[in-house]
Amino acid sequence: MTRQAYEAVVLGASAGGVEALLYLFGALDSGGCRLPLIAVQHLPEKAQSQLAEILAARLKRPVREAEDKAPVQPGVLYVAAPGYHLSIENDRSFSLSSEAPVNFSRPSIDLLFESAAHAYGPKLIGVLLTGANEDGSAGLEQIAQYGGLTLVQEPAEAAVACMPLAALQRFSPDHVLRLRDMAELILRLEEVHAE
Amino acid sequence: MPERTAEIELRLLLEAIFLKYDYDFREYSLASLRRRVQQALRQLECASISELQARVLHDPAGFMQLLQYLTIPVSEMFRDPEYFRGLRQHVIPLLRTYPSLKIWVAGCSTGEEAYSMAILLREEGLLERSMIYATDINPLSLERARKGIYPLTQISGFTRSYQAAGGASTFSDYYTAAYDGALFDKSLRDHLTFADHSLATDSVFAETQLISCRNVLIYFNKQLQNRALGLFHESLCHRGFLGLGSKESLNFSSYGKQFETLLRDEKVFRKL
Ligand SMILES: C[S@@+](CC[C@H](N)C(=O)[O-])C[C@H]1O[C@@H](n2cnc3c(N)ncnc32)[C@H](O)[C@@H]1O
Repeated sequence: MTRQAYEAVVLGASAGGVEALLYLFGALDSGGCRLPLIAVQHLPEKAQSQLAEILAARLKRPVREAEDKAPVQPGVLYVAAPGYHLSIENDRSFSLSSEAPVNFSRPSIDLLFESAAHAYGPKLIGVLLTGANEDGSAGLEQIAQYGGLTLVQEPAEAAVACMPLAALQRFSPDHVLRLRDMAELILRLEEVHAE
Repeated sequence: MPERTAEIELRLLLEAIFLKYDYDFREYSLASLRRRVQQALRQLECASISELQARVLHDPAGFMQLLQYLTIPVSEMFRDPEYFRGLRQHVIPLLRTYPSLKIWVAGCSTGEEAYSMAILLREEGLLERSMIYATDINPLSLERARKGIYPLTQISGFTRSYQAAGGASTFSDYYTAAYDGALFDKSLRDHLTFADHSLATDSVFAETQLISCRNVLIYFNKQLQNRALGLFHESLCHRGFLGLGSKESLNFSSYGKQFETLLRDEKVFRKL
């Protein structure tokens, strides 16, 4: 079996997501993960504008709100800006857009995932976590169709199981994992490749 | 791989549109364009992008329908009120020194931003000596902008933003309500010129003191952003002002050094 050189991790979460993200990112940081992490976390607009700050206060790695046309850089955690969709272009830079909300959400996880699937193909890891809606499952399936690795939080562990369950109903992701095991897997995949 | 084929089809479609209609979408951000073409496929009931291409090439009305997807014809009055408040407090005082003013609202869509600008200038006593050029590439949007009629359902949101933007009067003074539309005042309209102009293919048409181009550049790739910023730089007078959308910047363009930041959060820049 050939190993993919993964180049980025995209993550989506909704209700209960901030805690889950903090746990996962903390574990990835401790393990020395250098992959860029790109996250959409649904929140009310005001709270969303503070997300980068909240995460930065608790994490070692640099945290930034993804800016239009900024290149994706290793070792950085990017969060989506409130009120705009976040996409990744084929040249691995970000683009924002103010199209209508998708799945009642802007930013939408599906849109980030679909564009990332195009940009990274099999070199992408997609992660769908706790949440009370169905955003992200179509995008995660697209990541799988483009050969990327798909990880879904174990519904029993998720604060709200709806989002992980929606993905499981839609297709068979590569792994259904608890957060701790998810972090371990990502670190191991990165390490295998570094060797 | 099917996605490769779709990518080729998309490029061919953009090329066909350019050759046939002179609209140049070839340097737009692909991610968003791809999605909007997918939406158009569903709405126009085409099975593939190639089918859409054939349709568009042979039927100008079909192209006009597609154009509604390719452009993002959404806007609001006093969108991001802090932007307009910033202009009022920090730019207007400097604009007072000019005997006459030319202002360019680029990518004006259905006109809301241009009317907001006109209201702001009226309240600051500058409208009488101002001409606002508001440009876009979507003829249907421009037509609606010229009419200056907006759905009454939107008025309460506009009113809130107007107040948050530091509105000095009563918003209802600026329109008359009829049926389900609010018709904006003719005396504002007299200082607005709506015109077809593309940041992708056209050149500078006037020397201006202030350019407002909001939520347009995010749809362009880096090269096209640079082209548009080049036009703005050329059009602006010495020390002229440039306002962008709340998540837009000059950081990743080649014009970062040719403007200084006047208001960081409100995204107002000044030509050096
Ligand atoms: C999302 S709207 C922004 C409207 C308004 N400026 C605002 O912020 O509310 C984007 C507008 O840019 C226009 N646009 C797209 N490409 C353009 C181009 N090449 N030149 C001029 N306008 C363009 C579209 O037609 C659309 O009306």
